[in-house]
Amino acid sequence: MTTETAAEAPLLESPRTRSSGRTGQRSNHELYSWLFMRVSGLVLVFLVLGHLLIMNILDGGVQRINFGFVAGRWSSPFWQVWDLLQLWLAQLHGANGLRTVINDYAERDQTRFWLKMLLYAASVLILFLGTLVIFTFDPSIG
Amino acid sequence: MWSWVAHRITGVLVFFFLFVHVLDTALVRVSPDAYDRVIDTYKTPIVNLLEVGLVGAVLFHALNGIRIILIDFWAQGPRHQKAMLWTIVVVWVVLMVPGTYFMLEHTVTDLFGSAS
Repeated sequence: MTTETAAEAPLLESPRTRSSGRTGQRSNHELYSWLFMRVSGLVLVFLVLGHLLIMNILDGGVQRINFGFVAGRWSSPFWQVWDLLQLWLAQLHGANGLRTVINDYAERDQTRFWLKMLLYAASVLILFLGTLVIFTFDPSIG
Repeated sequence: MWSWVAHRITGVLVFFFLFVHVLDTALVRVSPDAYDRVIDTYKTPIVNLLEVGLVGAVLFHALNGIRIILIDFWAQGPRHQKAMLWTIVVVWVVLMVPGTYFMLEHTVTDLFGSAS
């Protein structure tokens, strides 16, 4: 907030008129984002806990994982769909969560803007790369 | 309040792991050898211990997430939020004890030798 002497103080607009053209037609996107967190979260409980149970706990856990193990799994459309769904829901759920965290703690407008741009760029990269890898995986590579 | 803080911290940690994990898995597209080498680091004792932390973080986030859904959508949810918090803490411990055992079994026998 700027402090000015009474002599040069301009007429201040009422804070109510400040919102630029959005008065009267506020969007519902924060409501959808709130709902998405609950719906995707519920699905992810099954997908991610299932993934961790298989990959880290059952049948020797992480010790048995190698290229051949991945090739065996992704030969089945079931696990391809599982992993694709898990990738998209987890990345979008996580990005939306981090967006909330950034909004809460980054106080400067510039900081908030650039942190979110970094977040969105990273999210696009991960979704693109992950999807590409699942769809173009070649077990006979190398 | 503390469950809210823990939900945030575990959420952010899991998000950063997801970033790394998609990158390391993408190495299956480079060569079997490149993938196997990076996955071998997941099998070392220290990273293995970090995996227990990861599973613990995900499990807490999942259980507390279910609790949040119940608080939001179940009429009796807010009234039972404290009881549900203690319930998820108990469920977390009950699942983490055998989970930790199976996750560390190989590393512990490797480091300290089989007891038998």
